[in-house]
Amino acid sequence: METNLALLLLFAPFAGFLINVFFGKKIGKNASGYLGTAAVAVSFVVTLFFFLQVSSTKKAISVELFEWLNLQNFTVGFNFLLDQLSLLWLMFVTGIGTLIHLYSISYMHDDENMHKFFAYLNLFVFFMLTLVMGSNLLIMFIGWEGVGLCSYLLIGFWYKNQDYNDAAKKAFIMNRIGDLGFLIGIFILAHIFHTLEYTNIRTAVENAWTIDRTWLTIAMLCLFIGACGKSAQIPLYTWLPDAMAGPTPVSALIHAATMVTAGIFMVTRLNFLFNLTPDVLEVMAIVGAITSLIAASIGLVQNDIKKVLAYSTVSQLGLMFLALGCGAYEIAVFHVITHAFFKACLFLGSGSVIHALHGEQDMRNMGGLRKVMKITFATFLISTLAISGLPPFSGFFSKDEILMTAFHHNTVLYVIGSLASIMTAFYMFRLLYLTFYKDFRGTEEQKHHLHESPGLITFPLIVLAILALVGGAISLPGASWLNEYLAPVIAKPAVHHHLGPTEYMLMGIAVVGALVGIGIAYAKYMNKGEVPPQDSEIKGVAGLLYNKYYVDEVYTAIIVKPIYAIGSFFKNVTEAAISGLVFGFGKAAVFLGKQGGAVQNGSVGFYLLIFVLGICAIVGSIFLIK
Amino acid sequence: MNVSLILVILLFGALATWYSGDKWASKVALAFSTVAFGVTAFLTYRFFTVDNPTVTLSFSKMWIANPRVVLFFKADGLSLAMALLTTALTPIIILTSFANLFPRKASFYGLILFMAFAMAGTFLSEDGFLYYIFWELSLIPIYFIALMWGGGDAEERKKAVVKFFIYTFAGSLFMLLAFIYIYQRTGSFLAFNLYNARLNETEEMLIFLAFFLAYAIKIPIIPFHTWQANVYQKAPAAGTMLLSGIMLKMALFSIIKWQLPIAPHFAEKYKYIFIALCVAGVIYGSILALKQTNLKKLLAYSSLAHVGLVAAGAYTMTLDGFRGAVLQMLAHGFVVVGLFFAAEIIERRFATQEIADMGGIRLKTPVFSSMFMILVLASVALPSTFNFVGEFELLYSLAQANIWMAVVGGLTIILGAFYMLRMFQQVMLGDGTRAFADVTVIEGVAFVLIIAVLLFFGVYPKPLVELVTPTLNELLTYIKQLR
Repeated sequence: METNLALLLLFAPFAGFLINVFFGKKIGKNASGYLGTAAVAVSFVVTLFFFLQVSSTKKAISVELFEWLNLQNFTVGFNFLLDQLSLLWLMFVTGIGTLIHLYSISYMHDDENMHKFFAYLNLFVFFMLTLVMGSNLLIMFIGWEGVGLCSYLLIGFWYKNQDYNDAAKKAFIMNRIGDLGFLIGIFILAHIFHTLEYTNIRTAVENAWTIDRTWLTIAMLCLFIGACGKSAQIPLYTWLPDAMAGPTPVSALIHAATMVTAGIFMVTRLNFLFNLTPDVLEVMAIVGAITSLIAASIGLVQNDIKKVLAYSTVSQLGLMFLALGCGAYEIAVFHVITHAFFKACLFLGSGSVIHALHGEQDMRNMGGLRKVMKITFATFLISTLAISGLPPFSGFFSKDEILMTAFHHNTVLYVIGSLASIMTAFYMFRLLYLTFYKDFRGTEEQKHHLHESPGLITFPLIVLAILALVGGAISLPGASWLNEYLAPVIAKPAVHHHLGPTEYMLMGIAVVGALVGIGIAYAKYMNKGEVPPQDSEIKGVAGLLYNKYYVDEVYTAIIVKPIYAIGSFFKNVTEAAISGLVFGFGKAAVFLGKQGGAVQNGSVGFYLLIFVLGICAIVGSIFLIK
Repeated sequence: MNVSLILVILLFGALATWYSGDKWASKVALAFSTVAFGVTAFLTYRFFTVDNPTVTLSFSKMWIANPRVVLFFKADGLSLAMALLTTALTPIIILTSFANLFPRKASFYGLILFMAFAMAGTFLSEDGFLYYIFWELSLIPIYFIALMWGGGDAEERKKAVVKFFIYTFAGSLFMLLAFIYIYQRTGSFLAFNLYNARLNETEEMLIFLAFFLAYAIKIPIIPFHTWQANVYQKAPAAGTMLLSGIMLKMALFSIIKWQLPIAPHFAEKYKYIFIALCVAGVIYGSILALKQTNLKKLLAYSSLAHVGLVAAGAYTMTLDGFRGAVLQMLAHGFVVVGLFFAAEIIERRFATQEIADMGGIRLKTPVFSSMFMILVLASVALPSTFNFVGEFELLYSLAQANIWMAVVGGLTIILGAFYMLRMFQQVMLGDGTRAFADVTVIEGVAFVLIIAVLLFFGVYPKPLVELVTPTLNELLTYIKQLR
C-alpha cells in the first residue's frame, strides 16, 4: 500500500509527461494543461497524506524497488525514503508546482507548443521528486542531472532564438561542472563507507567508524562544488540570471522555488557528514555570504524585471548557504520555504506584468500598473515586504534567524549578510516603485491594452501571497514547529539563542536596515521620480555593477578561449605532426622500397599482395622450423 | 545447439545475400541477421539456465594438427555479451541503410554480413590463431565497403581507406608475431595455455607492446588515431557504424581477453602509464571534437574520447574497470550507431556534413529532434541511460586507481556536454526555412530500437551485469594468480 502510494506520488508527473509527449497535440491545449496540472496535484495529495502520517507517527517510510548498479564495493538500488526532510520538500515542490502549472495554463495559452511545455514541466517535477525522494546519493544524482536537463529544455523552450539556446547550454554546462564535483564526492564517500544510502552512512558515522578526515573533507568539498553549480553560488552562479530566457513560470518554479534549492537539500541531507568537516562548513559560510553580497549589489542597478529577481534569488540562496555554513540547517530550510513562497509569488507577479505588457521586461518602460493590476500589485507588495524582511511577513523571521546565527558565528559574515539584506530591501522597492507607481512609461498601444490578468493567473498569486504573509508561523522564535519536526533528520540541532537584549537589538538593526533601504528607494524613485538612464549612460560603479562585474567576460577570457586555443593547437599542429610522423614511417618504407627497385609500380593492390605474401612466408617459415 | 551456429548463420547469410540479387539483398540480409540475433539471444538465455553452460554451449574441434589449431568457439559471459552486441547492431545497421540507393546492393549487404561473421568469430574464438584469422578477416569487408560505397572525392577516399588498411594491418602483424612467439613456448594457441606461458620480464614486455600496437591502432588510442576521423567521415554510414559500433570493440575486448592475462606482470607494473595515456586521449578527443566543423568528424572525435575512457578502465585491471568497460562498450556501440545514423539522415536531406550549413531542423521535425536529443543525452551519459551505467563504473574504477585520473577523465562529462550541446544547437535549433522531412517509418524503427536498449539497460542493467561478472572475475583471477 505504502509502496504503491509512493510510486503513485513519484510517477504521476511522469505519466503526465508521457501522455503530453505522445498525445498532447491531439487532446488540445486546455486538456493538456489541466492534465499536466492534475498529474502534479495527485502527487501533492499523496504527499499531504504521507506528510500527515509521518508527522504523527514520526516513522520514516522506505521503499525498495530493485538493484540498479552493482559495483565491487557497493550496490545502488532504486530505493526511496520518505522521511521528515523529503516530505517537507515534497510538500512545497508539489504544492507550488501545482499552482505554477495552473498559472501556466493561462500564461502559455498562446504558445503553439503548449503541450510540450507541460510535458517538460511534468518531467521536471518527476526528476525533482526523484532527487528528493531517493534514499541514496546516486538516486539523488539521477534527479540532480534530470532537473538540469529539464532546466536546459525549458530555458531553451523558444529554440528559434539562439541567444536563449546559448543560455540553456550555459546552464547545462555550468551545472555539469558542479556535477563532476558531485560525482567525485560520491566516489570518495563510496570508497570510505561502501554504501551510498543515507541511513547506512549515518549509522556508520554514529557508530564512530574511524574515518579518514582528510578524504572526508575532500569529499564534502566536492559535494559542495556540486551544490554551487545547482544552487548558483560563486563561482558557478552566472548561469542563473541568463536562465531567465525561459518562460516566466519556469523561472518561478525551477529557477527560484525548487531546483535551485537542491544544493541546500543535499547539504541538509548529509548534515551528519558536514558536521564532521567544519572546514568545509566554514568555506560554505564564506562563499554564501560573499555570493549574497555580490549578487545583491548587481541587483541594485538591473533594469530587466526578471534579472532583478534572478540576482535576488542568487543572493537569497547565498544567505541560505551562510546559514548552512553556520551549522544551522533548520534555519536554512526555513528560509528555503519562505523564499519559495515569496519568490514564486514575485516571479509569477512579474509574469503577470509581462503578460499584460505583451512581453515587455524593461522596468524603464513600465510604471503606474497598480491602478489597473490591483491583485497583482497587492500580492507583489506583500511578497516584496516579505523578501525585504519586515515583520510580520514570513521573510522577516527566516532572514532574521540567519543573521542572528551569523552574528554568533562570525561578525564579519554577519555584516556582509546584513549589507546584502539592506540592498535587497532597496532594489526590491526600486522594482516595486518603477513597476507599479508613478505614470505608465510604455507605448500608447500597450497602455490601451493594459489589463489585470485572468483568474488562473491571479489565483496562484493570492495563495502564494497569503503563504508569504503567514509562512513565518512554522518557525516562530522560541516556539518552532519546524525545528521540532526536523529533529530526527538533523544530527546536531542549531544552537538556539534565547531572545535576550542582543537578539532584540539585532532584530531592530535588521528592521531599521530594511527601512533605510526602502527609504533610499522611496527618495530616489518616488520623491525625485527618477527613471534609470539608458544603457549607454550607465557609467562608473553603476556601470561595473550593471555589467555584472564583467564576470562572464572574464570566464570567457580565462576558460573558454584558452580551451578553443588549445583545440586549434591540437587540430592544426599536433594532429598534423602525428599524421606526418605516421606518414613518415610510410614514406621511409616507400623509400626503402624504391631502393629495392623493381617492385615499385604504384599499385596499392600489388603492395598489399607482396605484404600478405611476405607475412605468409614469415609465418610459414616459423612453423616449418618448429 | 552451440555458439558456432551464430557464425554459420552469418556466413550462410552472407552467401545467400550475395546470390539473392540486388532487389532482395537488403531484406535477405535483414532476415539472416535478425535470426542470428535471435539465436544469440536464445543461447544467452540458455547460458543462464543450463548446467555447465560453457561446456554445453561451446564448440570445439581439432582443425590443424601442426601447428596445433583448434576450432574452439567458447560461450562465456564476455564472448556472449560481445556476440549480442554484434548481432543486435547488425540488423539495425542494415535497417539504417534501407533508404540508400547503393549500386551493387548484393555485394554491399553480403559484405556487411560477412563482416558481422568475422567480428562475431573474433569475439567467440578461444584459440589464439583462430582469433587472429577472424581479426584480420574482418578487415577485408570493411576495406571494400569504405572504398567502394563511401562518399566524397574518390581519390581522397582511397587515400584515407588505404591508409587505414595498411595501418591496422601492420599493427596486427605484431600481434601475430606475439602469438607465434608464445606458441613456441606452449605448443598451443588456446587462451588458457597462452595465459600460462610463464614468460620472463622482457618477453612479457615485448608481447604486451606488440598487442598494444595492434589494439591502440584499432581502438584507437592517441597517438595512433590519425586514420580514424577521415575514414569515419568518408566511409558510407553503414561502414562507419560497423567500425565504430562493433569493430573497435574487438580491440577493447582483446585487451581484457588476451593482452592483460597473457602479460599481467608488465601490465601491473606499468598500468598507470597506459591509464594516463588513455585518459589523455579522453581530453584530447573532447577538445578536438569542439573544433570540428564536420558533423561526422565531430562524432568521430567524440568516439575517440569515449573509447579512451573504456580502455583506461580496462587497464585498471579491477572488476569495476573490466565490467565498466564491457558495459560501456555495449552502450557506446548503440549510441554511436544512433548518432551516425542521425548524421546520415541529415546528410540524406541536406546533402552536407558541414555543421555550418545546418540549423533550423527542429522546427520541422519533432520526432527526429526528440530522438536525436535522447541520443545526445545518452552520449553525455545522463543518469538513467545505459551510458551512465558504464561511465559511472569506469570513472569509479579510475578513482580507485588514482583520484586524479577520475577527475581528469571525468572532465569528459563537462566537455562532452559542451561539444554535444553546441553541435545540437548549431545543427538542430534556431530558425530555418529549408524543408526537412521527418523520419520515415523504417528510420523511426531503427531509432526506437536503439533508444529502447539505451533506456532499458540504463534503468535495469542487471541481466548484463550478471552475464559478464563471473567471466570477468575468472579472468581477473588468472591475472592475479599469475601475477
